[in-house]
Amino acid sequence: MSFWQGLVMAGAIAAATILTRFLPFWLFPEGKKAPAYVAYLGQVLPYAVIGLLVVYCLKSVSFSAFPFGLPEAIGVAVTALLHWWKNNMLLSIGAGTLCYMLLVQFVFC
Amino acid sequence: MDAHPQKRALAAAFPHTVPIMTGFLFLGFAYGVVMSAKGIGPGWTILMSALVFAGSMQYVAVTLLTGAFEPLRAFFLTLMVNARHLFYGIAMLEKYRGLGWRKIYLVFGLCDETFSVNCSAEPPEGVERGDFYFWVTLLDHLYWVAGSALGAAAGVMIRFDIKGLDFVLTALFVVIFTGQWRQRPGRAPALVGVGCSVLALCLWGADGFLLPAMGMILLALTFLRPRLERREGP
Repeated sequence: MSFWQGLVMAGAIAAATILTRFLPFWLFPEGKKAPAYVAYLGQVLPYAVIGLLVVYCLKSVSFSAFPFGLPEAIGVAVTALLHWWKNNMLLSIGAGTLCYMLLVQFVFC
Repeated sequence: MDAHPQKRALAAAFPHTVPIMTGFLFLGFAYGVVMSAKGIGPGWTILMSALVFAGSMQYVAVTLLTGAFEPLRAFFLTLMVNARHLFYGIAMLEKYRGLGWRKIYLVFGLCDETFSVNCSAEPPEGVERGDFYFWVTLLDHLYWVAGSALGAAAGVMIRFDIKGLDFVLTALFVVIFTGQWRQRPGRAPALVGVGCSVLALCLWGADGFLLPAMGMILLALTFLRPRLERREGP
């Protein structure tokens, strides 16, 4: 990809991201109260979307072939349990990722 | 005694951003290393982090930037991956109301983590709401750009064995999910999110499940509205 092509790609990705962030504020401008249904979605969607993102990250894991999703399962379990126990974002992410890297580089390789 | 109002707002905002500082320096660093490992220069890394400022999409975009020149495909894929921002915007409509010119930057910088602070934290007495939100957003943005710049520089100098490093992103979302799970009212919608996504993944497969999953989540939440809606006081 040339310099200008790269710039167009970066611009397209930035423009789409900016659009997703501004659209709700354009659709429901100040002075116009958002409908109750939209306000309800504002309450519950953040929880549901994080669930979607977890699944999205794990979408390519195969449970029918070696290593049967074991590194991912162990990595997610370590991260979640550590976070439930210590509630320290950096510790949970760091230890979970390190554990996963060790598993895929040395154990299930 | 009478500190400058912006200084007071910064002092109030900073403690709320400390966990994000550590997380963003780490995740941004990992992003910079991945970009360098794929042969993309530090300038591009900094540009993407400053302009896009959306961690998960930037990871997805690594493959876009190293692949074929297809800006339209990149545009629509980004719309899909970042569609959750629509939900954040809807949740912040009231909080960001009436903040004038700062609102443009606040909306531009509304990433997952900034959203999580600004939707829950209350600025202390004597600090203007808009100033508080502004500093949270700006500090998070700076952490992210600084982390990715450092990672890009390190990636140029040192060769890392990065196999498995992309798990940082999975771990980040697992951590946010676990944190939200502590809040009881969030459990039902969280289960809706996971359940619908897994079902859509089984039905449509890894490449095409994102949009159906979002549709199913909307349907399920609409169906469950009478049971899930919190009645808030006037």
